[in-house]
Amino acid sequence: MKTFWQRFLTNPRVVCGLIWLGLVTILAIFAPLLAPSDPFAIVAEPFKTPFSEYVFGTDSLGRDMWAGLVHGARTSLLIALIATVSAVAFGTMVGGIAGYYGGFIDDILMRMTEFFQTIPSFIFAIVLVAILTPSATSIIIAIAIVSWPPIARIVRGEVLSVKGREFVQAAIIAGQSDSGILLKQVLPNTLSPLIVTGSLLVATAILVESALSFLGLGAPNLMSWGFMVGSGRSFLRDAWWLVAIPGVAILLTVLSINLVGEGLNDALNPRLRDL
Amino acid sequence: MSDMVLSIQNLKVDLPVWSDRAHAVDDVSISVREKEILCIVGESGSGKSIMAKSILRLLPEPHVRVSGGSIMFEGNDLLDVADEHMRFVRGGRISMIFQEPMAALNPLMRIGRQIDEIIEVHTSLTASKRREKVIALFDDVRLPEPERILTSYPHELSGGQRQRVMIAMALALEPALIIADEPTTALDVTTQAQILHLMKDIQRRHGTSILFITHDFGVVAEIADRVAVMRYGKLVETGTVNEVLSSPTQDYTKALVAAVPSMTPRHRPSERPENSILVINNLVKTYAARGGVFGGKSKAVHAVAGVSLKVPNGHSLALVGESGSGKSTLARCIVGLEQSNSGEILLDDINIAGLSRTELRPYRNTVQMVFQDPFSSLNPRQKVGDIISLGPMLKGTKKDKAWEDARDLLCLVGLDPKAVERYPHEFSGGQRQRIGIARAIAMKPKLIIADEPVSALDVSVQKQVLELLDDLRKSLSLSMLFITHDLRVAAHVCEEIVVMRNGVLVEQGATANIFSNPQHEYTKALLAAVPGEGWQQRS
Repeated sequence: MKTFWQRFLTNPRVVCGLIWLGLVTILAIFAPLLAPSDPFAIVAEPFKTPFSEYVFGTDSLGRDMWAGLVHGARTSLLIALIATVSAVAFGTMVGGIAGYYGGFIDDILMRMTEFFQTIPSFIFAIVLVAILTPSATSIIIAIAIVSWPPIARIVRGEVLSVKGREFVQAAIIAGQSDSGILLKQVLPNTLSPLIVTGSLLVATAILVESALSFLGLGAPNLMSWGFMVGSGRSFLRDAWWLVAIPGVAILLTVLSINLVGEGLNDALNPRLRDL
Repeated sequence: MSDMVLSIQNLKVDLPVWSDRAHAVDDVSISVREKEILCIVGESGSGKSIMAKSILRLLPEPHVRVSGGSIMFEGNDLLDVADEHMRFVRGGRISMIFQEPMAALNPLMRIGRQIDEIIEVHTSLTASKRREKVIALFDDVRLPEPERILTSYPHELSGGQRQRVMIAMALALEPALIIADEPTTALDVTTQAQILHLMKDIQRRHGTSILFITHDFGVVAEIADRVAVMRYGKLVETGTVNEVLSSPTQDYTKALVAAVPSMTPRHRPSERPENSILVINNLVKTYAARGGVFGGKSKAVHAVAGVSLKVPNGHSLALVGESGSGKSTLARCIVGLEQSNSGEILLDDINIAGLSRTELRPYRNTVQMVFQDPFSSLNPRQKVGDIISLGPMLKGTKKDKAWEDARDLLCLVGLDPKAVERYPHEFSGGQRQRIGIARAIAMKPKLIIADEPVSALDVSVQKQVLELLDDLRKSLSLSMLFITHDLRVAAHVCEEIVVMRNGVLVEQGATANIFSNPQHEYTKALLAAVPGEGWQQRS
């Protein structure tokens, strides 16, 4: 039997995904070095074609597309990661407590989860951002609030199945406290579905963030891919690269995350695929 | 040879590359003769089930597939025939009975229809004729009230009744061969005895051949005409049931036969100490089925209905009962996994009944538990050292010391002390059960509750684990409440036996007395139902 890493890293789709994600991460981390100028600064005349003076040309106001792409990577990744981590943390807490204690607590928490799940998530996110006034924080909050319910349901289901296993009873008999059992015995055994769902959630978060920025609900002083697509949209016939460059960046990033997420799933649950 | 019903020659079945061996079945040749019951015996992983499945082409292909040999049945090689012909063979000429009848029956279809369907597909009988036939089949397998069973769903029947339905289904088309894959393993002993009796009877009346797969030599002694012993995919030994059971030629067969727990209780000192580590007085545990959001009447189920017993210091008491007898619920009440409704649980003269989990913490040192399923009782994400040292560390032992103790404990239970650094999945079932025992004694308890600790293990491993428990009990002067469904196991490790049924004790006494002179009808029935009883008394 191969180990997890052997299964994970020999999967060609995972390797492709990781290469692109690595590239985007480097762009995001070293953005100030790779494009020292402010991405909102007007550096040249508008509509300069790519591969001329500027690698990716300039947009309708003469802003450097390369700087926008690099700083946009930073915004997308940061917002998506923080939002996902918050959603996973909150969802795990709710699902863990609901599944472990059961009964009345479970009923209350799960009805609350369903309440959030039944609201159309994108419209809900738009409303939240509009109420909270657009900023990086409000976008993160909005994405986290619409993303945690599925996590809570998955964790609850896993906890329900794990808590019936005998090692949990053994921990009770050893005298471990409820919180100790939940954190040290039960939750570590729910990790694999959580990692897979969490990684796919990052992709959704990037899409939601881009969509919000596209609609003009992005953070006003942060360059973002969605904002670039949105502002280049009216010039699609004359300057295709204004939309194509950030659009392809979103596409490849979301695709890569999905490939890696699927790869994680295959590597963590090998039997599902093999038998 | 014309009297062969089924003849398997040099059968080879490949396993996927990631398995621990290349072949599930390796060059096995056996044949089933007309009107005989051939038992295939083997421990888990011996390839016996895979071989049976390959006969009807039920292997999980393409990962597990036949790579060589032939399976001759009624003049055809079943490995070569067209799918069309295979469908005719399946059910029509060869039928199969599975271990878990609940899983083999469609839960959403009435029993009558499920059998009717088979007859409809394979014959041209009219609906009324088919119905007559199904009723006749039910009579044949001694199902009570056939009319009612016809319209029942599987969940409305008992385990034994469901297995009778499966047998009726297997018989429906008068097949030449029935393959039975551990058909009685999921059943209680008394039900098992009835089903074995029925199968033997039916085989005689219908002249069907049966290929019977089992891990239990007791069952073999009850039912087999001939026996084939398998290990690691290879055939070890074949012969008539008398040859194999009373004078096995191969070492492995000898070891297996010797490992079958004997019905003769071990000789033990009979004096009973005055003090008891555990005294239970009139304990009651009732479950109320939850009414749900919309109310509805809740039904009370009496799992334990007024049980009183004593475990004397340093003694081992067996609590014997079938499924649903309340024996596990009683154990769960003692260790505080369940709250009893009334009655006393005196542990070292302190009443712990009704205490919450937090209030029980000071007494965790006194009583510990060994669990049934070694695959579910160890946390797969923790190292063995963490698993064993959990209890002591919660009691305030420093990590270094607790791990040092864990190494010593592993030596004590016969494992390599280096195992502390490894994870549970690296160990076999028997080794895991040893780790579970080490975890229990890490708390230095006075009393161990062992809930069916060997029922998930192969016989040879079962014997070793029982020996280990017995040795530890002596060397650490532990008391033990040993819960089991198997009287043979109880005889092996316990001074005293209490028999439990439907939440109450029906009989208690010294092991030797219970075996030689049972008083209660139910105890007598249990003793009579132990498979292979006649063979054991002979030998």
